[in-house]
Amino acid sequence: MITTSNLSKKYAGNQVLNIESLEIPRGQSFGLVGNNGAGKTTYFSLLLDLIQPTTGFIKSNDIQVNQSEDWKPFTSAFIDESFLIGYLTAEEYFYFIGELRGQNRADVDKLVSQFEDFFHGEILGQKKYLRDLSKGNQKKAGIVAALIGNPEVIILDEPFANLDPTTQIRLKEIIKGLTENRDVTVLISSHDLLHVTDVCERIVVLEKGELVKDLVTSEATLKELEDHFTN
Amino acid sequence: MIKRFLSLEWKSFFRSASFGKSLGIKIFMGFIALYFMGIFLFIGFFMDKILKEVYPDLDPLIAFNGLIFFWILGDILVRFFFQKLPVMSVKPLLKLPIKRKTIVNYVLGKSVTSFINFLPLFAVIPFSIKLIYGGYDASTVLVWLIVMILLTLINNFLNFIIESLSAETELSYLPIILLVGGLFALNYFEIINIAQALSNAITAISQTPILLFIPILILIGLYAYNFKLLRQKLFLDSGLKTKIKEVNTSNLEWTKNFGDIAPFMQLDLKLIWRNKRTKSSVWMLALGLLYGLFFYPQPTYQDMPWFFVFIGVFSTGIFLINFGQFIPAWDSGYYKLLMSQNIKYEQYLKSKFTLMAVSVAILFILGIPYVFFGWKILLAHFAAAIYNIGVNTHVILYGGSFNRKKIDLSQKAAFNYQGTGAVQWLIGIPLLLLPMGLFALFYFLIGFEIACLILAIMGIVGIIFHQRFMKAITAKYLESKYKMIGAFDQNN
Repeated sequence: MITTSNLSKKYAGNQVLNIESLEIPRGQSFGLVGNNGAGKTTYFSLLLDLIQPTTGFIKSNDIQVNQSEDWKPFTSAFIDESFLIGYLTAEEYFYFIGELRGQNRADVDKLVSQFEDFFHGEILGQKKYLRDLSKGNQKKAGIVAALIGNPEVIILDEPFANLDPTTQIRLKEIIKGLTENRDVTVLISSHDLLHVTDVCERIVVLEKGELVKDLVTSEATLKELEDHFTN
Repeated sequence: MIKRFLSLEWKSFFRSASFGKSLGIKIFMGFIALYFMGIFLFIGFFMDKILKEVYPDLDPLIAFNGLIFFWILGDILVRFFFQKLPVMSVKPLLKLPIKRKTIVNYVLGKSVTSFINFLPLFAVIPFSIKLIYGGYDASTVLVWLIVMILLTLINNFLNFIIESLSAETELSYLPIILLVGGLFALNYFEIINIAQALSNAITAISQTPILLFIPILILIGLYAYNFKLLRQKLFLDSGLKTKIKEVNTSNLEWTKNFGDIAPFMQLDLKLIWRNKRTKSSVWMLALGLLYGLFFYPQPTYQDMPWFFVFIGVFSTGIFLINFGQFIPAWDSGYYKLLMSQNIKYEQYLKSKFTLMAVSVAILFILGIPYVFFGWKILLAHFAAAIYNIGVNTHVILYGGSFNRKKIDLSQKAAFNYQGTGAVQWLIGIPLLLLPMGLFALFYFLIGFEIACLILAIMGIVGIIFHQRFMKAITAKYLESKYKMIGAFDQNN
């Protein structure tokens, strides 16, 4: 589904990302782990064509992302608060995203109603603008908005940060559910090794922009990751 | 401790990310400050002459004292709208081992150093010096000067009390209007002659310095009250919390008539109505619409038909200029979302275009009553409106592709120059001066009607080639996509 070749990104001569080759098959739940500055967000930004690669390219479903925009209809993401529109209510925001992705209000209502548990009564019908919600609630709205319109590739940067324990557990269920029928590819980055091993079937470790480990998740993975980051 | 606070201020000024970038704006603001200082100095130096002119039989000091009441009212009004207590910046200090008392005193003390407190000195000091030269008793004048400074400080602290009271009511401008209007009315209808009473009081203090303790006591009282208010507020859940208003949502179903640009139209309308900064550009509409009234009633301008077009472009295009110059920076807060979403850039831009074109048409219709000042004015406005729709909309959209400055929508509106760069100043030339120059040229060469026609034809040509222009503009935006994303990502 997603093919990365010879991808590198430099800022003023400083290499922040350098991935020779990375193949993510359709339907995989893929986890990206690494310390601050490892290049996780840079990789996601390149995947969304928000920054230009210095060398190489990413192909999503055989579409080179920095040459054509045809990847947009089947890709959605929540990276940070800059993916929210602060002066809309959560409902308005969902409808807006829905309209961009060719979904009418009824479609959006139907999808969003599945996440009432996840919202815990703090998102819908609040009569509040998104900018006035707490960080955690903003994140919930952003994550659910990224699920609108049947995307085939979903990119979530640090989805577990800022969420309360109950919501973290529910989010894990949601992510597992997404990849169940092997149709949706989910890419996640996280600092929480436990969560990421719980949710992802494959985990890649980045270090200073280089790919240092590529693991298929098993019983031993958490231990291996912990050992890796202890040094 | 104060020294440490001051060093923090210093650093926040010089290390702010926008320091280098917005230096031009700072210089501009500096010039405005110099301008006011100059005016006040001028008034101060010629105060005695002016007063002699207006009140020939009154002593200048007495005459000045009679006007102080009105100065105080004006001062409070100006302060209310432009001076805010710099509270938010102390938020990070709360958890440090600094006494709350110290922080409150620092915030209040800092407010004294506001430019607005020094401005009156530029008028009052030269006036005093001239009085002493004119044979006044130096000690009387000195005491009077001290009273003036005390009055300024009293205003300073009174304003913050009014502001905190109005922050608690729904109708935020009501307290200040009630207070200033009430005092003015009491005085005007001579129910209580406050102006005279105040004047007498100040004269009395100047002659009996011991009475200085009265304004000093008032000042201390106000300071103490401010101290109390602020101390209560200096908790994260009260004063430092930003207000959350309940939202009224509307569907804006009528925008569906605009077809595929409807979602963006809805978004733009909400953007304008729900943010302070953009809302103020709606109020500017009234100003632009009435702009002609400054000129048309005067006979001088009746003989300058080439000037009609300038007013026409300005008054039908006020929204276009105000809103258009910050495209796409209005959306800078969520630009990454727009760029990674499933959208056509052209629809996004077309929504902005439609909004501006419709605003021009509405403003032209609302401006039809100008026909009262002559048919020529209406004709010129009509030509200007077509020119605005056909040419200026495209020019301003094109100019937007050079926008690299983020706008934080939650910031206040008045005197906010965030997002303003060289482009915003340069774009005024083609927008306003070019049509006026062209019009003047053809007016003097051929005649008024032909000049109108030429302007209108240019507009129509622009409308005919709309699709092609939009393609070119879209390409330009796509070209600068990464630069814009990078620039909007930076915090000021």
